[in-house]
Amino acid sequence: MEKSILSYLEKSEQTFPDKIAFSDDKYELTYHELANSARSIGSFLIEKIGIRKAVVVYMEKNARNIVAFMGAAYAGCFYVPLDAQMPMERINIILKTLQPAAVIYDDKTEKFLSLMETDCIKVLYDEICILPQDKEKLEITLREMIDTDPLYILFTSGSTGIPKGVIVCHRSVIDYADWVVKTFELDESTIFGNQTPFYFSMSVLDIYATIRSGATLHIIPKMLFSFPVKLLEFLKEKKINTIYWVPSALSIVANLGALDVVQLPSLKKILFAGETMPTKQLNIWRRHVPDATYANLFGPTEVTDIGIYYVVDREFSDDEPIPIGVPCDNVDALVMDEDGKLVKESGKIGELLIRGSFLACGYYNDPQKTKETFIQNPFNNSYPEKVYSTGDLVYWNENEELVYVSRKDFQIKHMGNRIELGEIENAMSALDGVDMCCCLYNKESDQIVAVYTGNLEMKRLSQLLKKKLLRYMMPNICHRMESMPLNMNGKIDRKKLKDKYVK
Amino acid sequence: MEKLIELLKGVRDDVDFSECTTLVDEGILDSFDIVEIINLIDEEYGIEIPAIEIVPENFNSVEAILNMIQRLQEE
Repeated sequence: MEKSILSYLEKSEQTFPDKIAFSDDKYELTYHELANSARSIGSFLIEKIGIRKAVVVYMEKNARNIVAFMGAAYAGCFYVPLDAQMPMERINIILKTLQPAAVIYDDKTEKFLSLMETDCIKVLYDEICILPQDKEKLEITLREMIDTDPLYILFTSGSTGIPKGVIVCHRSVIDYADWVVKTFELDESTIFGNQTPFYFSMSVLDIYATIRSGATLHIIPKMLFSFPVKLLEFLKEKKINTIYWVPSALSIVANLGALDVVQLPSLKKILFAGETMPTKQLNIWRRHVPDATYANLFGPTEVTDIGIYYVVDREFSDDEPIPIGVPCDNVDALVMDEDGKLVKESGKIGELLIRGSFLACGYYNDPQKTKETFIQNPFNNSYPEKVYSTGDLVYWNENEELVYVSRKDFQIKHMGNRIELGEIENAMSALDGVDMCCCLYNKESDQIVAVYTGNLEMKRLSQLLKKKLLRYMMPNICHRMESMPLNMNGKIDRKKLKDKYVK
Repeated sequence: MEKLIELLKGVRDDVDFSECTTLVDEGILDSFDIVEIINLIDEEYGIEIPAIEIVPENFNSVEAILNMIQRLQEE
């Protein structure tokens, strides 16, 4: 049993020293280069700031970020990824909570340093990655580290405004990486095409499954996601066989017809998470890449990344939602109804609670918020045991699979009826001519507001929805947009839509 | 050309479309802008741009976009 993810890094370094670990359109790093430079950075940090401190990694997204992350780990510290695209206002809110000991920056982010509200040391990546290693200090630090020490903090996009810092320890990431590799049979022949930003929990799968198995990860240039044919050509050229993207990215490719143009013979594993995968778009992918394994993964940042998963094993019609599936091995899922009772039977909706070592330690420097969601297991009165209340509503179906309904706060009362906005979204997504959609609720005027993109005319949309939805679930107001605003993580930006249409 | 520039200004009013020839190469237009422009062209010109035409070369300047539209209109 390993106590630090550095064991995985060094194992891969020993087995595949000259194999490309991470690459992007500018840089390429072998396992040896990665580990070596990380040890240099680690030595520097041990000297300058000491063990168990927060290290901000503020660089343009590329392969070198991983070196900085591992450098922080070698120093027994925890890293906090921010990137050049983040608005400074948000960065400063994060810095206030974080109070970091160091910021590692690069030539792209240097110009913003003076705007950062922190007095900690700021060091240039290019300078510290070539410094001499202090083998003795590194060994001492490794001995002092334990598996429940934090590895990183990811700040959630905070739908309410203030980002929360989810702090995750080595143990959880080791556990998670083991689960991913085992479940999806990843190994040294795996070649990832990374889409997700490093400040988003999905990237944890990409990074640590790669390091654990000695695989290769290519960071896909962001711009390619607007040019789907070029994107698929990139996947083909790099022989990428595994992707783990948000549904919006998969949908854009499907909607713009790129799959008709480019063949993807190497692509074998298509995993997705982050939001509901519209079945219609999934089916387009399945028709064009029929031999791949498709899996829906589900979980909040607060359980490292994923707690529940479903490998697509049957046909689904365009308006059937894809289940979120079953708990990962070594994870337990509990469904609790409004009266606090455990739900075991199928069809009954309740809140999803997750139990297990994937759980994060909590929110950094926020005991109040931590207490609210990392709670004592309500079904255990005998000893301290934490579960995470996800705020997600689910039910067990007849196959003993969990199906996602909506966020607890998306369950609304409208015209006296309890409605899941997710259900309306589901019905809309399935329609021909609807590309992406989102349903909001205006509490003040008691109106359901539907926003969508696609070439379906509003009148026709209403006619078709009337056949699918109960009368009281029909949206009262419809807005058609040219394109759906996406947030930093690539998910539909509900907050922006709320600000635009429900205020 | 004028009509097109006006439409594009509706997407990004901070960009000088009449002069710029590196809209994509310099990352001036981001991914959301591209998708929005594609949908706009569908609505205003009645042209559904096929995936194979959605490439950086066709979006780097107003001239390039207009050429693409005219080419597709002829088909």
